[in-house]
Amino acid sequence: MELICPAGTPAAFREAVDAGADAVYCGFRDETNARNFPGLNFTREELGASIAYGKARNVQTYVALNTFMRAGAEQLWYTAADNAVLLGADALIVADLALMAYIAESHPQQRLHVSVQASASNADAINFLVQTFGAKRLVLPRVLTVGDIAALAPKVACELEVFAFGGLCVMAEGRCSLSSYATGLSPNMQGVCSPASHVRYREDGEEMVSELGGYTINRFGADEPAGYPTLCKGRFHIANDEGYAFEDPVSLDVMEHLDALRDAGVTALKIEGRQRGKAYVAEVVSRLRQALAATPEQRPALLAHLRRLSEGQRTTAGAYEKKWR
Amino acid sequence: MAGRTLRITLGPVPYLWDGEAWRDFYFRIADCAWLDAVTLGEVVCSKRIHFTQPFIDAVANRLADAGKQVSLASMAMVTLEREAMLTRKLVEASPWPVEANDLSALGLLSGKPHLVGPFVNVYNGATARMLASRGATRICLGPELPLASVSEIIAASPGTDFEVFAFGRLPLAISARCAHARAKGNSKDNCQFVCQDDPDGLAVDTLDGQSFLTLNGVQTMSHTCQVLLAELPALQQAGVSHIRLSPQHCDMAQVAETFAHVRDLRIDASEGEARLRAIYPDVPLSNGFHYGTAGADWVPAAAEQVSA
Repeated sequence: MELICPAGTPAAFREAVDAGADAVYCGFRDETNARNFPGLNFTREELGASIAYGKARNVQTYVALNTFMRAGAEQLWYTAADNAVLLGADALIVADLALMAYIAESHPQQRLHVSVQASASNADAINFLVQTFGAKRLVLPRVLTVGDIAALAPKVACELEVFAFGGLCVMAEGRCSLSSYATGLSPNMQGVCSPASHVRYREDGEEMVSELGGYTINRFGADEPAGYPTLCKGRFHIANDEGYAFEDPVSLDVMEHLDALRDAGVTALKIEGRQRGKAYVAEVVSRLRQALAATPEQRPALLAHLRRLSEGQRTTAGAYEKKWR
Repeated sequence: MAGRTLRITLGPVPYLWDGEAWRDFYFRIADCAWLDAVTLGEVVCSKRIHFTQPFIDAVANRLADAGKQVSLASMAMVTLEREAMLTRKLVEASPWPVEANDLSALGLLSGKPHLVGPFVNVYNGATARMLASRGATRICLGPELPLASVSEIIAASPGTDFEVFAFGRLPLAISARCAHARAKGNSKDNCQFVCQDDPDGLAVDTLDGQSFLTLNGVQTMSHTCQVLLAELPALQQAGVSHIRLSPQHCDMAQVAETFAHVRDLRIDASEGEARLRAIYPDVPLSNGFHYGTAGADWVPAAAEQVSA
């Protein structure tokens, strides 16, 4: 299986290439991609230089154009696609149907990957995108079990890529307006989720309170580290109980399912984390590279090290295991 | 007023209601003169389908006999083979027009006249135009879109009807995991249909007691009820042809009447809002998405006129 690695900066890009990525994905410095965070992403010049760096080492570059085109501002996305093609991107990762249509028509030779944000979760949906836009690969939403993926793979006429490590969306990607409900800013439209601009921490007696858009997302006692208030990983009050209503503050780790995913017919494993530093990216990539080459018996030792990178967080195999539902 | 009269539609019941209660709700809706079209069907969870399946033909026929345009909604998320089969069967055999709510239904409906529901991402005119060229006759836009986007989309796709979500708790997210079952100590696969205990959803409050969200099975909704009433003239100006009311556990016939009266200038929007607060009490209203702010916000009509 190919290893697809994130890069939020040119430095992280080079680290990922050097550490053994098969492909690196990144985005332009604007709302055309779903990690539109301050200080992240690539200018046209930086992308061109990074693509060249990758090509010289036989590593591909995928450019994420995976937000939905804002009505009236479509040209921003079309131009980004034109630029990425011109700069030599090996694939464009796209969620918006009209942007897929534009790329299929204007750049028929360009390899098109369907973003997880498109939320194609079954064979009919995937084959619709393959037949209509010539999509070559689809990134699966994190709503399927390994068994579901194995059943799906033979029925679709394209490659499948799955998330393997890093941040975990609890909700079906591309279909979540929780962030914009609380803040006015959403993954689909602005390329952000639970944005830092709307985060506030305040002390309340012994407790630290984390807020998003004025809503309390969590309260931490003196003995607990205060986590970032990602909306779907907050603690809430339901009926007579308090707890993590949607998901604990965990990150995704499907290392125990590597062989099952390969057997299921998965082409590529994706690491989340374009917002992560270059040291993190390099470490994750090189460890995963070793794990993929190792025997199942050798793997636990390699992966124990990797788990420590999840910022002291617990990890989950999420929807890949049926019991998660 | 510009353009045609705004038509009022009723979206599918988002919650799990007892089958007979569901049927009786729609029989009353059939007698409500203010509704022009009704979309039926289970959108949220395939495990619920058997509750309403025995009644759906009778309900659809009763609504059609009463002069309503009837359509059947496909599910918002299709992952299991069983769900894929149900979607295929719906597209092949539905006696009523189908509303696509995921990309599989959208693909299968290609070339046939159909509707597009709010769970298909239509964020721009180019997407709307493409869907129209493939057979979409009416598109219900997702509630996240601000008026500026609604206007641009409609202007770019003439000849298509556009519907906007004007009343109801907002559908904000859907997951493979059932937070509703989890909140009651069950997993999705052994959920015991606990969502049926909450015919208007289960409240999610913050740890500081702020009302925030609502669980509805695998779907997460807003706690607030979106109401676009003072905004009707602006929506009509933008070319919106239909407004959608999403059933809540309240008197939806009265809700429809209130919208019709405001539309027809029989009462003003503030009187309409007061009536809605009485018909659906204890639930705060919101309209922030329309104005491009947080969806939970309530922007008073007067503030809108000042900023406009």
